[in-house]
Amino acid sequence: MTALVVEGLEVRYGSVRAVRGLSLEVRSGEIVGLIGPNGAGKSSTLHAIMGAAPVAAGTIRLGERDLRGWASEDVARAGIALVPEGRRIFAELTVEENLRLGLAGRRADGDEAAMERAYELFPIVHEFRRRTAGELSGGQQQQLAIARALVADPLVLLLDEPSLGLAPRIVDVLFDALDAIRTAGLGVLLVEQRAQRTVALADRSHVLANGELRLTLGPSDANDTQALVAAYLA
Amino acid sequence: MLATIQITWQNLSDGVALGGLYALMAIGIGLVFGVLRLVNFAYGQLVMAGAFALAFGSQWGLPRWVSVLFCFGVVLALSVLMDRLVFRPLRGKSPAVMLVATFAVAYLLQSIALLWFGPLGKSATQFATLNAPWTIGGVLIRQVTVITVVVTVVCLLALRLLLDHTSVGLHMRAASLDFATARLLGVRANRVIGGAVIVSGVFAAIVAIFLTVTNPQVTPDFALHDTIVVLAGVVLGGLNRPLPATLGGFAIGFMSGVLGGALPTNQSQYLPAFVFTAVILVLLVRPNGLFTRGRGAVERV
Repeated sequence: MTALVVEGLEVRYGSVRAVRGLSLEVRSGEIVGLIGPNGAGKSSTLHAIMGAAPVAAGTIRLGERDLRGWASEDVARAGIALVPEGRRIFAELTVEENLRLGLAGRRADGDEAAMERAYELFPIVHEFRRRTAGELSGGQQQQLAIARALVADPLVLLLDEPSLGLAPRIVDVLFDALDAIRTAGLGVLLVEQRAQRTVALADRSHVLANGELRLTLGPSDANDTQALVAAYLA
Repeated sequence: MLATIQITWQNLSDGVALGGLYALMAIGIGLVFGVLRLVNFAYGQLVMAGAFALAFGSQWGLPRWVSVLFCFGVVLALSVLMDRLVFRPLRGKSPAVMLVATFAVAYLLQSIALLWFGPLGKSATQFATLNAPWTIGGVLIRQVTVITVVVTVVCLLALRLLLDHTSVGLHMRAASLDFATARLLGVRANRVIGGAVIVSGVFAAIVAIFLTVTNPQVTPDFALHDTIVVLAGVVLGGLNRPLPATLGGFAIGFMSGVLGGALPTNQSQYLPAFVFTAVILVLLVRPNGLFTRGRGAVERV
């Protein structure tokens, strides 16, 4: 089932064209990677989908609904959850309060059951639920940020460089969790700097450079380092 | 020069009561600042409108409880109007624009009051009997003092419950820390801002009721001086968090109340000078506020 469809997306900040004519789609139960050098327009794409960046042209559809021009909170409540870059945890609130904030995006009842599922998926979040979120390590905060997005029971999960600054062991945990999330039937749009791992994990990965889609890679291309390098330098 | 200042139990109790009222006003201003990053200079005019509602209740001979309901109705209606007509359209504009807008609203409301009710205003006397004293432990303390303290404590506890144990409270706290992220999570901006505006209006109405007890003559500049002092108190405590703002409001109210009672009559006109000198001195030493800890994302008025 097709969940999220982006067609001909243009994002402009004043005269700067951050994203140029990007089209992609994310179906349920698949991970789509979005990779490319810094400033390629990856984060801008995610923000545009969330209604938090100026969209100059194009369409953004979730199922039958056209989300373009919607406020962030309405996009979230329609079923798209973002795990933002830098995690954006509320450091002064407790871990549990952070998680509860994710419930704001839910479309149906079952708040407590959703909290329990998140705790099961991320035991560390359960263990530290009474602590202030600012006390958690980077990896723990990232797990909390993903758990917070998941309690909303989104149709599509957007992640903005979730592995940034994490130890390799934690990155393994993270990528395993993403695999489990895909198996559970969510559509995932993953923006990452770790190109090789992303290409290996994702059902397909789009390489973005200078705001444009340059190349689409499949998992079998993960070991083709030359193709990756060429895509980045193209 | 200063004559000897005598501080009595009555002075202290008046200070606590005024501190309580200023704490409520500080919360009213602080809550709206938290979600809108807007210092509402028109807050005092909300109190003024509530006081005029009480004055009309008094003139029409309404029962006390009806007057109180009328006061709440007027203040809340005005708060919601202010939000819809001014705050919402300007949300996201620069702080300077919002600041000037609230000044404009303040002057507009004050001018309307002047036009409709004249410079002498009206008197609200239905709660004047609360000025009678109770003897508590051999000390005469005005009834309004005791009631103000009790009501303030109840309000603070109720607010704590709202903020800590309800989802709208959690959303308000999150929004005041990082509104953009809160909205990305699905927190509804209008609901959160509406909640803050309503709570802030409720507190303004309560303040109006208590201020008319000690100051039954309601004029267009009613509560104006108090608002300026409270704003200083809020900055003194630390603008960006509810608790420091509340403590700042209380501290400055307490100081004003105690000094106001203790200074000899011929020197009481210097009270604002004393209070603001103290504020300046404190801010020189602790620019982020008296009651904030560590790094402070300061936003000064």
